[in-house]
Amino acid sequence: MIYISWILIVLMLVLSILSIQLKNLIAAVVAMGAVSLIISLLFLMLQAPDVAMAEASIGAALTMIIYIIGIRETERSEK
Amino acid sequence: MIRKIVYSIFLATIVLSLVMFFAAFPFGQNKMSVGEYYLNHGVAQTGASNIVTSVVVDYRGFDTLGEVSVLFGAAAGVAILFFVLGENRRKRREQVAPNFIVRVGSRIIFPFILLFGTYIFIHGHLTPGGGFQGGAIIASGFLLLYLAYPGTTVNRSRLSMVEGLAGITFIVLGLYGLLMPESSFLYNFLPKGELNALLSSGILPIIYIAIGFKVAAEFAGIIDDMMCEVICRGGEK
Repeated sequence: MIYISWILIVLMLVLSILSIQLKNLIAAVVAMGAVSLIISLLFLMLQAPDVAMAEASIGAALTMIIYIIGIRETERSEK
Repeated sequence: MIRKIVYSIFLATIVLSLVMFFAAFPFGQNKMSVGEYYLNHGVAQTGASNIVTSVVVDYRGFDTLGEVSVLFGAAAGVAILFFVLGENRRKRREQVAPNFIVRVGSRIIFPFILLFGTYIFIHGHLTPGGGFQGGAIIASGFLLLYLAYPGTTVNRSRLSMVEGLAGITFIVLGLYGLLMPESSFLYNFLPKGELNALLSSGILPIIYIAIGFKVAAEFAGIIDDMMCEVICRGGEK
């Protein structure tokens, strides 16, 4: 179990660096949503299902889609 | 150069104070007694089998009222920036309709999302989850409708009415506790009932249902403002 959480933490670090570095903004937002999803998985493994639910619904769904709406109306890639 | 020296002195001070602060704690021991108190007495005192709910709504109910007010402030701020009045609301830009699978799939899945969110906030005192989580899930169902059918609107005055009634329910229940013999804000004056029953633990489920409605209405309002900014005003840029 502890190895799975190590893998998830490393994946989370990689994805959060990607979300800063990627020039394609849609891909960056998807990476950010994946970070939220992994955090909610880690909350679930730490036996905090209440927080995991809030993180999955707000961090991974609502925030991501609001960002995507904003990007769709402006520039798609970073200059 | 001077700036770098000042920065490094500042950073060293912060690191040193943090190290000294954490060195004072013995490793692996629980220094806080309040968590233990909640775990030992929470079920008996509040009658809720979900300890998180008994802390959020009962012991720290006043903080939750503050949290709900912060969310209301955020929704009002978005509305101030993006709100479009009735006439302009009808001037819609032509939008590309999403494909068949998205439209039909969202129509099938939308009632189930509503049911799931409602389940979560009604059973907030029994199972994990509660008003905030259930409200956010219901709002994401509305978001799905907006994405699948770009012409969707919600009745804003009805939404505001739901939001206001839920807030008033929370505050009136809290103030009613002040009239009881053990007068305190949000005093649990209803009978505790049987543990693990749906109608148990006094006012906690009522407050969580009110919070669920309020959060769902606020998030739906925020989504409506943002989508309307895209759809109604898109032609002006």
